[in-house]
Amino acid sequence: MNHDIDRRKLMVTGTALVTATLWGTPRSAVAEIKSGENPEASAIWQKVRASLFENRPIANAGDDMLALDAPSRAEDAAVVPIAMRARLPHTAASHVAKLYLVIDSNPSPISAIFSFTPQSGRADIETRVRVDEYSFVRAIAETNDGRLLMRTRFVKASGGCSAPPGKDPQAALAALGKIRLRVDGDVVLHKPTLVQLMISHPNDSGMVMDQLTRQFTPRRFVRTVNVFYAGQPVLTADLDFSISENPNLRFYFVPDAPGRLTAEVVDSHQAAWKSSLDVTPTAA
Amino acid sequence: MPLRMHRRVGALLLGAFLHVVAAAQGVAEAAPLAVTEVAPGVYMHAGLVEDWLPSNAGDIANLGFVIGSRCVAVIDTGGTPQLGQRWRAAIERTTRLPICFVIDTHAHPDHVLGNAAFAGPDTRFVASAKFNAALAARERYFLNSLARDFGVSVAHGAVVYPTLAVEGTRELDLGDRVLVLKAWPTAHTDNDLTVYDRRTRTLFASDLLFTQHIPVVDGNLRGWLAVMQDLAAIDATRVIPGHGPISNDWPAALKPQQEYLETLRRETRAAIKAGKTLPQAVDSVGMAAASDWQLTDRFHRRNVTAAFAELEWED
Repeated sequence: MNHDIDRRKLMVTGTALVTATLWGTPRSAVAEIKSGENPEASAIWQKVRASLFENRPIANAGDDMLALDAPSRAEDAAVVPIAMRARLPHTAASHVAKLYLVIDSNPSPISAIFSFTPQSGRADIETRVRVDEYSFVRAIAETNDGRLLMRTRFVKASGGCSAPPGKDPQAALAALGKIRLRVDGDVVLHKPTLVQLMISHPNDSGMVMDQLTRQFTPRRFVRTVNVFYAGQPVLTADLDFSISENPNLRFYFVPDAPGRLTAEVVDSHQAAWKSSLDVTPTAA
Repeated sequence: MPLRMHRRVGALLLGAFLHVVAAAQGVAEAAPLAVTEVAPGVYMHAGLVEDWLPSNAGDIANLGFVIGSRCVAVIDTGGTPQLGQRWRAAIERTTRLPICFVIDTHAHPDHVLGNAAFAGPDTRFVASAKFNAALAARERYFLNSLARDFGVSVAHGAVVYPTLAVEGTRELDLGDRVLVLKAWPTAHTDNDLTVYDRRTRTLFASDLLFTQHIPVVDGNLRGWLAVMQDLAAIDATRVIPGHGPISNDWPAALKPQQEYLETLRRETRAAIKAGKTLPQAVDSVGMAAASDWQLTDRFHRRNVTAAFAELEWED
């Protein structure tokens, strides 16, 4: 018995130094959430809600107004596909102007804010996120006249924010800021056209230990994406390190004439990249 | 006579007390794990081909130990601290020689969370040079899982980290018996380590080889396929995978895994080329190839996700 206790003591002193840095930030009780009951009771959500929306009412939306696609159990916590799709009419007079993505249990819960214009054609976005712990994932739509709608899903995942990028860090650095921009399907005048934007960027969460230096990799992530068509904004994305490595966005715009589609990307180190694509829509 | 009676009653009471404590902590019976001698002085415990779950007490990884004339090397320690104790009990029932090395083959919970049961001043923990960083990054999540799912609480300071790092290869002498450890480039994980016993030509491939249990990509698909070519060149008469039955047919034992991973690579590339999205690829890629394996529902879609994220940037 005594022998066992001594051994345990030894282990504690032997390893405390190694792990001390990891434990500097206290983890909230959210980590203990087992199942997705009572999303309103989430303390983090109450804080996020107050900071983003104060006391404004938020209606629970049905699939006819707002869809949130998220797996109930993430296959890979570092690459969780998420889609937020507003189903309300999208006109100049009335449209969803913003989609907020909130992941309660992530170190920085406000994961993305997407802004749309009438030229977007749809408030509809697909991306991939990291989910750090079992968490509520929320899509909140804000209409141009200030109404708020929310969908919530519970996602079982763990460790997404600390998963080391699989690739060679030096190769990743060499490819930093490489952009692939393309339109999918037929491009038709006045019809919403699907765009895929891929950005080569490790999107470091600042939570991964460097294997050589034993230091945490500095936080560096894509912060804003601005997309224009023929000089008019179609998408603005304010992003956080909850977005997966190599950020991937799929969204829409409406071409009313031939023009140039341009994506401008800025990261948290103020590095900026740009990519363009000439688009020639056909008549309907 | 009365004295003996007292002792007996005392022993009974103590036994009952320990039983209650064990039950209260949710600890399974501390019965030693089942062990098979697969070659002279080479032993394995066959884990269940299941996911890491409380229903199987985390007993899902194949574990091994090798006995030299001087001491014993243990290869992986099991999926919970309690399982580690049962594993240690099994080893101590087989040999009285001290355990001089504990080898952690990679930083996944089912293989290393039993480490604490083996910690002691005369035991060195050995792993790939990349192991500690990988475990440090994941430890919090492993311990959360233990607490949330297994009801086992482990203080973060109680996780044992290896102190002997392997880069390339390294030999461990157990007395008249040398084990060759090799750390591999990123494959199943970025810190895979194999153990080869020269005397019996036994290879502990750990999770670089899956049999029956569907392979799981947590490192690099293309890297793993490349590593398998080098693995095939190892002169082994028997190979113990990380999960699934032992094989005496090497390198033929690699074949099913190679076919699955090659199909995964080929069909994921095709899906990307066809403009499919990640969720669309996850719903379509490799379904036929995956159906031959166990635990497909749990891991195949995850493998496609990893493959897609890796391959979509290929030129």
